[in-house]
Amino acid sequence: MEEATARMTQIFIMGKAYDVPVGITIMDAMEYAGYRFIRGAGCRSGFCGACGTVYRKEGEYRLEFALACQEMVEEGMHLTQLPFTPAPRADYDLHALDANENVLLQYYPAIARCVSCNTCTKACPQDIEVMDYVQAALRGDLQQVTELSFDCIQCGLCSMRCPADIKHYHLAQMGRRLYALTESPVPAHLTERVRELKAGAHDAALDELVSMDLDGLKARYAAREIEKVSEGSE
Amino acid sequence: MNGVAYFPGCSLKDTARTFEASAAYVMETLGLPLVELERWNCCGTVFSLTDDDLMHHIASVRNLIRTREAGADTLVALCSMCYNTLHRVAERINGDDEARTKINEFMDREVDYDGSVSIAHLLQVLRDEITWDRVSEAVVRPLDDLTVAGYYGCTLVRPRSAAIDDPERPTALADAAESVGATPISFPFQTECCGTYQVVDRRELSLERSYRVLRSARAAGADVIATACPLCQFNLEQASKELPVEQNENPPAVVYFTELLAVALGWEPTEASESLQGVLERRGVPVEGGA
Repeated sequence: MEEATARMTQIFIMGKAYDVPVGITIMDAMEYAGYRFIRGAGCRSGFCGACGTVYRKEGEYRLEFALACQEMVEEGMHLTQLPFTPAPRADYDLHALDANENVLLQYYPAIARCVSCNTCTKACPQDIEVMDYVQAALRGDLQQVTELSFDCIQCGLCSMRCPADIKHYHLAQMGRRLYALTESPVPAHLTERVRELKAGAHDAALDELVSMDLDGLKARYAAREIEKVSEGSE
Repeated sequence: MNGVAYFPGCSLKDTARTFEASAAYVMETLGLPLVELERWNCCGTVFSLTDDDLMHHIASVRNLIRTREAGADTLVALCSMCYNTLHRVAERINGDDEARTKINEFMDREVDYDGSVSIAHLLQVLRDEITWDRVSEAVVRPLDDLTVAGYYGCTLVRPRSAAIDDPERPTALADAAESVGATPISFPFQTECCGTYQVVDRRELSLERSYRVLRSARAAGADVIATACPLCQFNLEQASKELPVEQNENPPAVVYFTELLAVALGWEPTEASESLQGVLERRGVPVEGGA
């Protein structure tokens, strides 16, 4: 029987060379090389922000930033994981604080140190205009902070790179929360949904599940509708 | 561009919104509207005096690039602090190819700055492009009987290379007041510092300086002090609130010069700062309608 062999490529993980199959992600390559992630790996789909990665391509001087579960390995890539950023997050009670135009500056005063170097933006694996939202935060523009930072997955790489020690991802989260609370229109469908839930729209269905035995639950689970294709799509 | 490329700065978007709103009204009325730069960022606030500290000029340089992207070669600032910082950075970088190359290479993912943008303050645009005569012609609510002390502070007139006027005897704010029918008041502290950022950690020092300015303007008979700086405005207003009670009857209102122009050109006085509204009322400036 002919043996199928994967084409291999050499990469460097924390300085040590490994041969890994081509066409796999950094995360898969590290696992192939023997690393086991008990932290620093989450959804493996580019959404949770748990697997921040720093790498450099052969012959380049720049460090690049990505999510290990999304970026493919390349020949001669040097890499390591930066899965967590120990940046402090401000304590606040959204409903109790005075949401004036300087509130972000008050809780994250380091934004006043921004020199507009744009290093944060260059570090963002989500291609967010990070510096621009820090600038918006500086002038209390919650709407712009929200809109510009909306795709943030809190990987923290921006804050890892910032020469002014700004906690970008935390302040953006605070900005979005404040914006939702104070300025953004309340979506009608959400209000309606909350009303339905409070009125007990699903109480009967939940009660039914709670009363089922294990086999019944298993059968229901096996028969569940996995992905509903809406009519007219295809 | 139909209008002038305009740099607001952070304060005009939060604590000094009246400054922006009144200036926008004035320029719209005079046919040269303020066109806000897209994607502007903080000017950097303070011009770095360290000779090789190019990093702290980058904030301003990005705004110069945004100006070129908007198809303009002059950027107009309202806040005198922003004006000063932007102006000095442009002056520092425009003629220095090596510094410009260093900054351009550092910025990397940015269109190179070509060194061609100059910075103007709104007072210069009004005086030199529009002219005070044309401002006068547009007045619908003359500010008769209003006495105005123009307060220049530091950043409109120092250093000499950034001065919009004679650094020792500036007249731009007095001319602005006169153009709308008000009576300019000269007072000896018009170019003294208000105490600036010292208000943050040496409040007494800052208040003391601001008192001197305020008392001097008051002794000269000023109804209002007109400024172009949100920080001067803040410091002087704080001082006026804390003046010893016996001296505190009707202290001069500390307002942006554009508020005076705007009200004279037909802006609703109810849009102006409360302290200015109070003075206008006392001085009998007709609040309803225009002419």
